[in-house]
Amino acid sequence: MMRISRIKTILILLATFIGCMLALPSLMNESTRKSVFGMLPSWVPQKAVSLGLDLQGGAHVLLEIDKPDLIRSMTTQLRDDVRRVLREQRVVLQGGIAMQPRGVQFRITQADDRARAMPKLRELSLPVGQQLFGPTGNQSIDITETPDGQITMAYSELGLNERIRRVGQQTIEVIERRINIDGTKEPSIQRQGLDRILVQVPGLTDPQQLKERLGRTAKLQFRFVAEAGAADTEQMRNRDSGQMISVERSVITEGEDLIDAQASFDQRTGQPIVSFRFNIRGAQRFGDATTRGVGRQLAIVLDNEVISAPVVQTPITGGSGQISGSFTVEQVNSLSLLLRAGALPAKLSIIEERTVGAGLGADSIQAGLMASYLATALVAVFMIVTYGFFGVVAIIAVTFNVLLLLGLLSVIGATLTLPGIAGIVLTVGMAVDANVLIYERVREEARMGRSAISSLDAGFERALSTIVDANLTTLIAAIVLFFLGSGPVRGFAVTLSLGIFTTVFTAFTLSRLMIATWYRWRRPSKVEI
Amino acid sequence: MAFRLRFIKDDTKFPFMGFRSVSFPLSALLSVLTVLAFFSFGVNFGIDFKGGTLVELQAKGSVANISSVRERSNALGFGSIEVAEFGSPRELLLRVELQTAPTTAEQERAQQNVVTKLRETFGNDYEFRRVEVVGPRVSGELVQNGTIGVIFGIIGVLIYLWFRFEWQFAVGAVIATLHDIVLTIGFFVVMQLTFDMTSIAVILTILGYSLNDTVVVYDRIREMLRKYKKLSLTDVIDIAVNATLSRTVITATTTFLAMLAMAIFGGEVLRSFSLAMLFGIVIGTYSSIFIAAPILIYLGLKTGGGIKGDKDEDAKPFPGKVLAPASRA
Repeated sequence: MMRISRIKTILILLATFIGCMLALPSLMNESTRKSVFGMLPSWVPQKAVSLGLDLQGGAHVLLEIDKPDLIRSMTTQLRDDVRRVLREQRVVLQGGIAMQPRGVQFRITQADDRARAMPKLRELSLPVGQQLFGPTGNQSIDITETPDGQITMAYSELGLNERIRRVGQQTIEVIERRINIDGTKEPSIQRQGLDRILVQVPGLTDPQQLKERLGRTAKLQFRFVAEAGAADTEQMRNRDSGQMISVERSVITEGEDLIDAQASFDQRTGQPIVSFRFNIRGAQRFGDATTRGVGRQLAIVLDNEVISAPVVQTPITGGSGQISGSFTVEQVNSLSLLLRAGALPAKLSIIEERTVGAGLGADSIQAGLMASYLATALVAVFMIVTYGFFGVVAIIAVTFNVLLLLGLLSVIGATLTLPGIAGIVLTVGMAVDANVLIYERVREEARMGRSAISSLDAGFERALSTIVDANLTTLIAAIVLFFLGSGPVRGFAVTLSLGIFTTVFTAFTLSRLMIATWYRWRRPSKVEI
Repeated sequence: MAFRLRFIKDDTKFPFMGFRSVSFPLSALLSVLTVLAFFSFGVNFGIDFKGGTLVELQAKGSVANISSVRERSNALGFGSIEVAEFGSPRELLLRVELQTAPTTAEQERAQQNVVTKLRETFGNDYEFRRVEVVGPRVSGELVQNGTIGVIFGIIGVLIYLWFRFEWQFAVGAVIATLHDIVLTIGFFVVMQLTFDMTSIAVILTILGYSLNDTVVVYDRIREMLRKYKKLSLTDVIDIAVNATLSRTVITATTTFLAMLAMAIFGGEVLRSFSLAMLFGIVIGTYSSIFIAAPILIYLGLKTGGGIKGDKDEDAKPFPGKVLAPASRA
């Protein structure tokens, strides 16, 4: 064990050196880092370990798609679709369309009406599920039909989840645009599970504005302005004038069908306009509606407010069109922005929020550093008192251990959190254990009358197997912590796991190398530990 | 050589196993007391598990006016708001209970309203150092995930030790670990420390530390069993525990010192983490020696031929190393 080949020695030193180089940027503060690495070539690693929100300050907001609200709007949409199909097929219902928790129910008594309408109604349902091995045969809507003509259409579990997944994606895109509008900040927006979205904004200490922006229930709809005497209408406020306008309850199409909206200029008149484009479904609905309603006013409804009500000039069947009027450039800019980013496809609730001010973050770092220094000093004194020269070796090993840990953390891009610092401090305590195990074992072997080299050999060999066993059990606990923990706890699990790796690594290599070098230098006949 | 501090004399022969008639009843008693305390005092659950709002304020002036904050916050009508000094006279910690509402969505909106109102009320005189809002859904999941985490951690370790050692070692380690977890929860209850997500991390860390310690002792017991085939199990375990005693004490001391630094200087946020860790180091060390080791006797671990990987080493113990058979074996 005490004979280490030259090539191994070089490799050990090289690995340690690289680890320290990687750790170096993390040990400097921002300004020193900039000035030092400005002078060095760019291949020199200069990435510092990134600090968690609890250390640098920032906002963490966990959002959840409001499922009941989404289902409500899905069933309303379904009802409108059914109504449209039936009208197209000229089917008259006995009674109305009854809303159910996840769908609609209605009765078509005439068999030939049913025969005509059913294929069209079935088209409303889309295939869902895994497409990898061809269609699974699952449908987004379950349709049942009784002999007496009662038809029930309800969203299936798969259809619902598919929709939630899509809504989640759209929501993320919308949030990205909303936050980045004024963003010098670097927000991170992540999907969590099916219906949750985690938004983290470093440096933001009052997320009120952010929450308003995220929580705005903004929902974009296109509806006709009601004609005089029309039934099924509701009053809505005009956002600019404040006047009330009567609009139809039936929705032509919604913001989620809108692919793009941009501010531009009319090529003939040079006036500022907003041009927009729908997806296929939106295009079809919009085409049908505008064909029926040339000359009518179309209300663009955002969050139950009418933001604009242009007149339909010609049928818009191609899916793209433009909104013109006496707009200013600012108005078209903000209108296109609202059309583009203003429409969250579903309501969001804030289910968790954690904000840390920059002051507390800085204090935490200060406290963590202070604790680390004191911990290192206490452990160092204790080790030197107990083991003398070997204590110094242990301290050197532990110091490199912490450097390697920092280097690893910055390479894998892990985030250092406050519990993570606790993890490092714990590693300092436990890394010493590897050395203690070795020394105690060597001492035991020496006391049995073995020579220096043989007790060192035996001591290392036996201690290392114990070190591996003991650390692997701790690693199991740390890995479980990583997979089940969240946020800061995860950060703790990462530092603890990496700390275990670096501990085992330094015990096997660096501690051994140092002691072997010492042995070759002093050639003692007996080891006194 | 130079002066060295020896915490454990080289030829210590302490009959640890003889103490099992003391340690087992003691641990059983403490565990029962924990359960009693758990049901009578209850755990001081933090908002992670209970839901609610937590706000840390720092006075813009030099001292926070605790009574005025208490008065003004309770006038907002969000139920009783707990206001306490936090670390220094300048900082305050406010805890608002989970708001009640018919649906969870409304509950979550009500929670947001709490934060908005608090910011309006105290924004001028206080800096908001920390705001945490946990909704009812999240807190339920955190409880679930935390419990699952501890259970899976134990199962993982059980499997690993079973493969690496005999089954008795696996069971013994798990019993010792459960003992540590129960007593740590007891520590939280008695000290009324806030039990939150970080506390789950503490429990898993103590689990890891205690196992680490137990495995080192077990490793040696296994080795000694191969070596001394003629001695009784009690004697073999005593030899092994004494052999590792110096290491156990030194490691416990260094880890304890490191965590002590954390408890003193690590800041208010990690205070309960560090305190619980300190307790865990003591209890983990105790359980390795006084629970994990002697329980092998009750689990019927075989000596001599029953151990895998026998090496035919000289079965004769070193003259100076034999222990007198434990009196109460």
